[in-house]
Amino acid sequence: MSRPPRAWRSSVSVRVVITTLALSLLVVGLVGVLLVGRITSGLLDAKERASVAEAQSGAAEAQSLLDAADTGASTQSASALVENVVNTLKARAGSPPLFEVLMLATPPRTGDAPEFRTAASETSVPDDLRSAVQSDLRQSWTYTTVRYASRERADVPGLAVGSPLQVPKVGQYELYYVFPLTQEQATLDVVQRAVLLVGILLVLTLGGIAYVVTRQVVSPVRLAARTAERFSAGHLAERMKVKGEDDLALLATSFNEMAANLQLQINRLEALSRVQQRFVSDVSHELRTPLTTVRMAADLLYESREGFDPATARSAELLQNQLDRFEALLGDLLEISRFDAGAAVLDPEPVDMRSLVDRVIDVAAPLAERKGCELRVVAPQESCLVDADARRIDRVLRNLVLNAVEHGEGRPVDITIGCSDEAVAVAVRDHGVGLRPGESSLVFNRFWRADPARARSIGGTGLGLSIALEDVRLHAGWLQAWGAPGDGANFRMTLPRTADSHLTESPLPLEPADAGPRVQSNLATPYRSPRREEVPR
Amino acid sequence: MQTASWGVRLRPDLTGATMTGVKGRVLVVDDDTALAEMLGIVLRTEGFEPVFCADGARALAVFRETKPDLVLLDLMLPGRDGIDVCRSIRAESGVPIVMLTAKTDTVDVVLGLESGADDYVVKPFKPKELVARVRTRLRRTDSTSPETLTIGDLQIDVAGHAVKRDGEPISLTPLEFDLLAALARKPWQVFTREILLQEVWGYRHAADTRLVNVHVQRLRSKIEHDPERPQIVVTVRGVGYKAGPP
Repeated sequence: MSRPPRAWRSSVSVRVVITTLALSLLVVGLVGVLLVGRITSGLLDAKERASVAEAQSGAAEAQSLLDAADTGASTQSASALVENVVNTLKARAGSPPLFEVLMLATPPRTGDAPEFRTAASETSVPDDLRSAVQSDLRQSWTYTTVRYASRERADVPGLAVGSPLQVPKVGQYELYYVFPLTQEQATLDVVQRAVLLVGILLVLTLGGIAYVVTRQVVSPVRLAARTAERFSAGHLAERMKVKGEDDLALLATSFNEMAANLQLQINRLEALSRVQQRFVSDVSHELRTPLTTVRMAADLLYESREGFDPATARSAELLQNQLDRFEALLGDLLEISRFDAGAAVLDPEPVDMRSLVDRVIDVAAPLAERKGCELRVVAPQESCLVDADARRIDRVLRNLVLNAVEHGEGRPVDITIGCSDEAVAVAVRDHGVGLRPGESSLVFNRFWRADPARARSIGGTGLGLSIALEDVRLHAGWLQAWGAPGDGANFRMTLPRTADSHLTESPLPLEPADAGPRVQSNLATPYRSPRREEVPR
Repeated sequence: MQTASWGVRLRPDLTGATMTGVKGRVLVVDDDTALAEMLGIVLRTEGFEPVFCADGARALAVFRETKPDLVLLDLMLPGRDGIDVCRSIRAESGVPIVMLTAKTDTVDVVLGLESGADDYVVKPFKPKELVARVRTRLRRTDSTSPETLTIGDLQIDVAGHAVKRDGEPISLTPLEFDLLAALARKPWQVFTREILLQEVWGYRHAADTRLVNVHVQRLRSKIEHDPERPQIVVTVRGVGYKAGPP
């Protein structure tokens, strides 16, 4: 079935008006047909009764005329007799004649038995009627078309009544009365035209009424829709006009109440968010200023620790290290609270993902070297441009790579870049202890640690992956983890190429192709990365 | 990870340089007396001569009085906003300004840079980091050989630190001059923001490209005929900037 036209789908008034027109057309049509039918049968019934009575008395008179005349066998006189009878009957018709008369010899016609007719032609009498009269030998009637002998007169509908006659010594005859229904036809035409006209007017009026009524209902609904649209577009002060006390006024009142409540809630949340943002900003400044002084003082002490006695020197070292840790923690906490306060803003520009990865590799190289871990990069040859906030994505990648190096147990870490038309992905794969089942979603939780007892060499804050997740979410991207015990872990970041595109698929698989036997059978995972180039590191 | 993204390595040519005597006068505008004192200690250790001002409202007066070679400016000041102070100093001098800020949000950073700061350091910073920033900004490439570069319809006299269009001098801050000269020296090369950060600001591994973006905008507003449709410093989408065709 094809879809109905747009106007039908989108407009209630169009639907209501069209439905009303269709239904009223049906009803008016039925009523019209019924009405015309009743009028017609009423008109014709009277005419029939009058006609049949007239024909009957005519036939009786004709028979008595025929019986009275004694013509002898002469054809000449028989012919004159028939003509005389017909003319006598015809004289009763008046002027203009109410009927025409035909007197026909019943076949088989003996010799040249005389026949006579007035203006109507013999074809006006249907064969059915003739055979009925001939066989039954009593009066019959039917509707017919009156045809005139003269070609100038048009055919008209009519009624034919036939009666058998006995012409003495000549044979069996039939007498036909043909009543033209011109008058009745004219009346019916007038009635039909009137019914049709009234019907059309009625249907149109009903359509108009339906339109006016739906307008009354639909206009306020449309107004409500427009108001709601403006409201959701951010014009929170938008309200509907309340008129009267009807259902529509109720709709307006309820809408306005809802709008007022929403506005209140939104304003409250906005105020809360503003307060929180302000607080985070203030805390940030208030904490960071003294920390800067402490930091610089500690640094100064640390630089000159060689002149101190061992205990003081060690204290300076501890102070320095713990300040690093404290700073990192403070930085991460403030960053997380900025996300929570909704104060984090994306500052995207087109960047080549390969250059971001290269830079992070440079940063991670010293730690990787210390850990004896090889960093391997697989990147497409062509550039992987993506609209991204370089500062944030740099932070995400740095986090993933440093994590992989830290948990990689000295085994190589693979960094793969994949591009498709819609998305750019980076997967960071380590071959370390891996993740236990269920842990792949836990890793993004704040302060979550795989093994609290494990020593950390780069002293992560426990917030790194949570921040990374928030950073990627800000880009409308995905950050997902895969891991198997003893088989390492794979972290995949997928970013949409442009801010307005929507992610449906990542160019890289989350489960790495080199994963253990459990997933070896899964190699059919679509791997839509363009031609790749091994970049030895 | 926060501080790591600001990780800075000193350029070998800077760390190796040893100068005798006073390297430069640094005006420290900060209301936090402890921090100001600490900054003073660090700067003195490194051979700079610090002067102090704790009040934003008085900053401009102290600046005029002391004629520093560089200004360290805290963005949150009583009396007068740091942004305001930055603007008014920039209005009368091209002296390098390094902001001290606790805010890393793009709005705040960009606002500071747009008001005329050349560079910024995020609190808490390490003394070395700060000193590196100060040194980079005080470093002037004193090329002895008279070098003249052309970019677009501009003539650059590198030794004289002057930019002229049809003989009319255009006033640029030293940083904007360095940025323009870097582009003009290799007109065939497309400079990524990272390379510019390295060449002009002395950063390595710094991902913060806002510095470059803001200063390119400021530079364009001074040298381009129509800053909306730049002809001299041209953007190469997704890569960086290059010198426009002459």
